[in-house]
This record gives sequence, C-alpha cells and structure tokens, in this order.
Amino acid sequence: METVINMALLTLLAVVTVAMVVQRSLLSVVILASIYSFLMASVMIVLDAVDVALTEASVGAAVSTVLLLATLHLTKTREDMPRHGRALPLLLSLAVGGMLVWGTLVLPPFGTANAPIHQHVAPRYINDVMAETGVPNIVTAVLADYRSFDTLGETTVIFIAGIGVMLLLGGLRRQSSEEGAPEDPS
Amino acid sequence: MSSDLILRVGTKLILPFILLFAIYVQLHGDYGPGGGFQAGVIVAAVVILIAITFGHNAAKRVAPRGLVECMVPMGVLIFAGTGVAGFFLGGNYLDYSVLSHDPIHGHHLGIFLVEIGVAVTVSGTMVALFYAFVERGR
Repeated sequence: METVINMALLTLLAVVTVAMVVQRSLLSVVILASIYSFLMASVMIVLDAVDVALTEASVGAAVSTVLLLATLHLTKTREDMPRHGRALPLLLSLAVGGMLVWGTLVLPPFGTANAPIHQHVAPRYINDVMAETGVPNIVTAVLADYRSFDTLGETTVIFIAGIGVMLLLGGLRRQSSEEGAPEDPS
Repeated sequence: MSSDLILRVGTKLILPFILLFAIYVQLHGDYGPGGGFQAGVIVAAVVILIAITFGHNAAKRVAPRGLVECMVPMGVLIFAGTGVAGFFLGGNYLDYSVLSHDPIHGHHLGIFLVEIGVAVTVSGTMVALFYAFVERGR
C-alpha cells in the first residue's frame, strides 16, 4: 500500500515539475510550486518525517507562496522568451541530473538500518535522549538541545535575511519619502 | 478588503483555530511534531490571512509594524540570552543543565525558551517581509 501511495505521489511530483518548466505564466508557476510543496509534505508524512512535513506544508506551501505572489505583484507575471539557445542549458541539466542519478547508485538501499548515516550519532541520540533531556520528540531534542548552536545560527540567518530584504524593499522608500520632500522643488 | 461575505465570515471562523493550532505546535513540540519554526510560520500565516481578507490596515492593527520589526531581533536575543544565562549560572554557553535545580528540568526550560525565541524571530520576519512587499507595491 505504501509503495502505491509513494508511486502516485512521485508521479504527481514529476507531472507538476514538468508543468512548471513548460508554463510561461509565472502566476501558474507559483501555484504549481505550492502544489509541489503540498505533495512533498505528503511524501514526508509517508516517510514518517512529520516534523519536516509540517515545515514543508507551512513554509513551502503557505508562506513562500504568499511571498512569491507578493513579488509577482511588484514585477510582471509573464516569463520572457529565452534570448539564448536552449541546447547548452539542456545539456547542463542532463549532465547534472545524470551525475545525481549516478550518485544514488552507490547509496545504501533505502531504509537500511546499517547505513552510515544511522551509525554515527543517531544511536546515541535514540538511547540517551530521555535520560539526558527528558524530551520524547528526538527531532526537537536534537534541534533545540544537542545542536542548539546550529539552530541559533539558523535563527540568525533568518534574522539577517529578513533585515536585508526589509532594507532593500522598505528602507529605500522610507528614506526617499523623508528626504524627497525638501528636494522636490529643485 | 474582500467584499465576499463567505470569505470574510469563513476567515473569522477559522482564525482562532489556526492560532490555537500554532500555540499547540509551539508548546507541544517536545512531545509531538512541531516547534518554534513551524509555530512562528503559522502565526505569521494568521496575520497574512487577515491582511488578505480584511485589508492591510486591519492586519496592521493586529500586528503593528513597529512591533513586528522589533520581534525580528527579539527572538535572536531570547535565544542568545538563554545561552548567556547558562554562562552566568556556571555552565557553558547554551548549556541548559544549569538553568534549573534539576538537569532534566533545566533542559526542558532551555528548549522551551529557545523555541520561543525561534518562533518570535520567524513570525516577525515573515510578517515584516509581507509588509515590506505589500507597501512596496503601492
């Protein structure tokens, strides 16, 4: 049953991706990207990664869609026709895609318990999390406790990105409205 | 402001539940899926929904621009301040064990404070970005 759901979701993901590439109306692309995020969130739920699914649904499908729509409000909503030939980008995409597929060939089979990633620090987290932090959700314990330095860095990144965009979009306008008034007569 | 009655009434009906879900995701993150990041985004979604349905000014009454812009650095301060608190109580930076008399309690408290910090920064940033885009478009 899980295989059928996975196949259906991945097929839909592929369809949405192709539709996004073909589509020239940017409004449709944003909506399709939102659908893509919802499908991805469903895939994450099937993979039992509920925390990631929640993030993907709230950030990818909801807020980033709104922000992209707001961006389209500031720019035009149709993609320009490409000015250069399509041969080189196609070749580059195929080469990168081929290398990624080639890379997956040497990965351990999906879901194996003795894959390297499950042997490093994961057993210690799973064994000691209740004794050390008393938090049953290991994802939260890892994010906010074991790797709180990483999370502090992430929060700082969001802070810097937010300040940067606010300065780019709002700061200039506010400055010009304050300084622009006396300069108008000249 | 949307003139669609169904949209406005539906939004009013659904808003408290979205907010309640955000608080649940925030406070229950230790036991179930969720945490500060997701809760912050859901809180921001509430403000954005108000702005889309009732207009920009209604959203600004709920979340004034000054408050939102203060929230962006405030969360980082809460997060970093939790680390400094551990520093002063005799532990390392971001060591939660010393925050309370019992190490497990200290870890609970530390994670709680840190998640609050993340939620404040994330919700503030998302709403501030939305405001910046909307006001730029006028």
